[in-house]
Amino acid sequence: MKSLAELKAIRDRAKADLDLRQENPNAARVLVGMATCGIAAGARPVLNAFTEEIAKRGLTQDIVVTQTGCIGICQYEPVVEIEMPGQEKVTYVKMTPEKVARVVNDHLVNKNVVTEYTIGAYNS
Amino acid sequence: MRELSLNVMDVAQNSVRAEAALVRITVEESDKKDLLSIVIEDNGKGMTEEQVAQVTDPFFTTRTTRKVGLGVPLFKMSAEQTGGSFEIESEVGKGTKTSARYVKSHVDMTPLGDINSTVEILIRCNPDIDFVFIRSTDSGSLTLDTRELREVLEGVPLDTPDVLEWIHSYLEEQTQLLYGGAK
Repeated sequence: MKSLAELKAIRDRAKADLDLRQENPNAARVLVGMATCGIAAGARPVLNAFTEEIAKRGLTQDIVVTQTGCIGICQYEPVVEIEMPGQEKVTYVKMTPEKVARVVNDHLVNKNVVTEYTIGAYNS
Repeated sequence: MRELSLNVMDVAQNSVRAEAALVRITVEESDKKDLLSIVIEDNGKGMTEEQVAQVTDPFFTTRTTRKVGLGVPLFKMSAEQTGGSFEIESEVGKGTKTSARYVKSHVDMTPLGDINSTVEILIRCNPDIDFVFIRSTDSGSLTLDTRELREVLEGVPLDTPDVLEWIHSYLEEQTQLLYGGAK
């Protein structure tokens, strides 16, 4: 059973490396569009896939996964934007949980944009 | 929306945008009463009477990125198509309460879906807001109150990965007790 005692242990561990976490201005950001359009198109499993993949690789200190609103391109949802320090923002469209592992591996880890999933590739 | 839990995620974000400090999500499921009730309540900035009247209109939205707002209309439709009811009460400066009641056995009933995942994502993406999640059935209820967690956590943020993992497991266990355990 999950108990509050267990949560206390987590707290003590987290407090120990809290400074480390705050001092990471180089963290990459994964923004998943979660307005009505995004949610209806399947953004939730995409966000969950990102958090799972990132946790599996032990990158939770380096990559922040969060949500954003509707950016006005509802026909391309689920839309995911990736912001990496020193790199232009990349917009991935029509995302699925299956595409997530490749984006994490190629883009977030190895810094190679997965061009075929981006909005530019989808339009042409 | 394929699951009502997605409507909940969507409508709860209106509370986030309304600068709520506390969002309460109550899901009551009863086979005896053939009822599912979902209530989302916040202490955000609220709406005027005029806004409340307009909010179920798909062509009303406060956002500027596009001209339609389907969140509330879709939620309302999901309830009314089962012969249930839908209601929004709001007061400027006090907050907003959105209630949907469903007739569970109706052929047009949308499944509730993964409501725990909705709650987890809301906490993950809005770690500065407090959420109270109450889910009840004929056999009992479970409660997750982030204010209680915060007390234990002493400043450690709710979106710390291990804390989120704890919340996930806690909800999973409690749900299993609620649905799978002996009555």
